[in-house]
Amino acid sequence: MISVKNLSKSFGSFVAVNDLSFDVNPGDIVGFLGPNGAGKSTTMKMLTGFLTPTSGYVRIDGRRVNKHTTRLQKQIGYLPEGAPAYEEMTVYQFLHFIADVRGMAKKEKMAGLTQVIEQLELYDVLDQSIETLSKGFKRRVGLAQAIIHNPQILILDEPTDGLDPNQKQHVRNLITSLSKDKLVIISTHILEEVSAVCNRAMIIADGVKKFDGTPLQLQQQSRYYQAVTLKLSYAADITGLLEIEGVDDMHVDKKTGEVTLFPATGQFILGPVTEYIHHYKLPVDRLHVDQGRLEDVFMQITS
Amino acid sequence: MKTTFFIARREFAAFFATPIAYVFIAIFLILSGIFTFFVGDFYERGQADLLPFFNYHPWLYLFLVPAIAMRSWSEERRSGTIELLMTLPITATQAIAGKFIAAWAVLLLALLLTFPVWVTLNYLGQPDNGIILAAYTGSWLMSGAFLAISMCMSALTKNQVIAFILAILVCFLFVVSGSGIVLNAFEKWAAPGVLDTVASFSFLTHFEAMAAGVLALNDILFFLLVTAVWLYAGLTVIEQKKAV
Ligand SMILES: Nc1ncnc2c1ncn2[C@@H]1O[C@H](COP(=O)(O)OP(=O)(O)OP(=O)(O)O)[C@@H](O)[C@H]1O
Ligand SMILES: [Mg+2]
Repeated sequence: MISVKNLSKSFGSFVAVNDLSFDVNPGDIVGFLGPNGAGKSTTMKMLTGFLTPTSGYVRIDGRRVNKHTTRLQKQIGYLPEGAPAYEEMTVYQFLHFIADVRGMAKKEKMAGLTQVIEQLELYDVLDQSIETLSKGFKRRVGLAQAIIHNPQILILDEPTDGLDPNQKQHVRNLITSLSKDKLVIISTHILEEVSAVCNRAMIIADGVKKFDGTPLQLQQQSRYYQAVTLKLSYAADITGLLEIEGVDDMHVDKKTGEVTLFPATGQFILGPVTEYIHHYKLPVDRLHVDQGRLEDVFMQITS
Repeated sequence: MKTTFFIARREFAAFFATPIAYVFIAIFLILSGIFTFFVGDFYERGQADLLPFFNYHPWLYLFLVPAIAMRSWSEERRSGTIELLMTLPITATQAIAGKFIAAWAVLLLALLLTFPVWVTLNYLGQPDNGIILAAYTGSWLMSGAFLAISMCMSALTKNQVIAFILAILVCFLFVVSGSGIVLNAFEKWAAPGVLDTVASFSFLTHFEAMAAGVLALNDILFFLLVTAVWLYAGLTVIEQKKAV
């Protein structure tokens, strides 16, 4: 278990992380969100023992990271921001080096190497030096390095940044499959990624925690959560839609002619709306239910 | 111990993966050749020893060791790999030791590759090879002190050029503190005790006997101590300032 208490980090007079407290338990896959410069990477650097907190502490299984650094680092797999790697080494040499330094015995090392090479589809670039790799491949090498020792704690700073859509999907599946009974913290700027991969979302802005809950709870904060949007084939009287029980507000998009009905908090309006449409024979072409617009929520929470 | 070895091995390989080691060794060999045979009057002296060869080593190291060490930490900082390295389960001490051993091994290799000079000497006359071995040992010891200083300077900054210049500056102080110019400058006003202290930090003074093949305990201890102190300083720098 990771336990963060009143964690702060200042650079000079600038406060990058401000009094952050949270716990992460086995099974948690935390999506760490926040605008640029929010302090995500700085927090991760403190979780992994790279930076010393200005105040507060990080404990892993009850031990303070800054006291038992090496011992705790054994359990952590970490992908630093930008996936730094020794550029002059080949992919194979690099992964070999990481496995060696992590103290993996020969058999275990070979098994680990084979596995990550397969999982991240690195076979074709094994003998290529890292400086000549494309950005996406570099990121994949960084990921491979982080998971090679099958760590109990995975901390990944923007793991899917720079990956093509197929690889993004692939890596998300990989993270999901790896995360059984583990503690995973990933930072990302892709909000859907949190819904797709994580079971917990945490948003920070200006170093302060703004939201901590499930991705669903995050979506529910959206005005669009369970909102019903319809497209009429020709103009019809729609004023009655506002009278439907549970409908809080209505918005008509002048350009597209789409009508959006917003539910009152906690209400599901799809049933009553479809009933109304049937009853009054409204000429509806299309109809869909929104799952909540994360961008709106994100903006609302962080600004 | 094993971890230190893995790091040293990686660093050593990195010297050869980038052309640094080749360039370094080539320049070292060329310059030591020039100094020995042209500047140092190797033939004209008509003596079967390598004094002219070893006498120039402090001056060679002054520029060449900072060049080979400037990358050691600066590059880790610049490329961000320091974050990778320091979040692996290793201590800063192991990282520093590994880097030092690797670079020191390259220096040893460069020294060993000067063997043609020694072969020439044995062909021309009958030198005391024990003395020569002692001088080689002394030279390598001294290069370790240069290296520890240069690596500490590299730990200070992510800019290799600044690391290089700082290293030359500090090394230069250590080299010249025993030379006539500096001592004359001090002589005018400093107490004799101060003068001796300044002179006792000089690489030149401590290497003088070594170049002639005399390995005195106090000279050996001096270089080992300087090396240890600067390695420790580098360790402090890294531990205090890991990021950027
Ligand atoms: N070594 C440093 N010295 C000074 N300021 C720093 C340092 N490292 C980070 N900062 C500042 O701390 C703040 C938080 O940075 P951090 O990298 O944690 O942001 P982030 O949330 O990861 O942003 P992004 O989404 O862009 O990656 C930024 O304003 C950054 O400029
Ligand atoms: Mg970041």
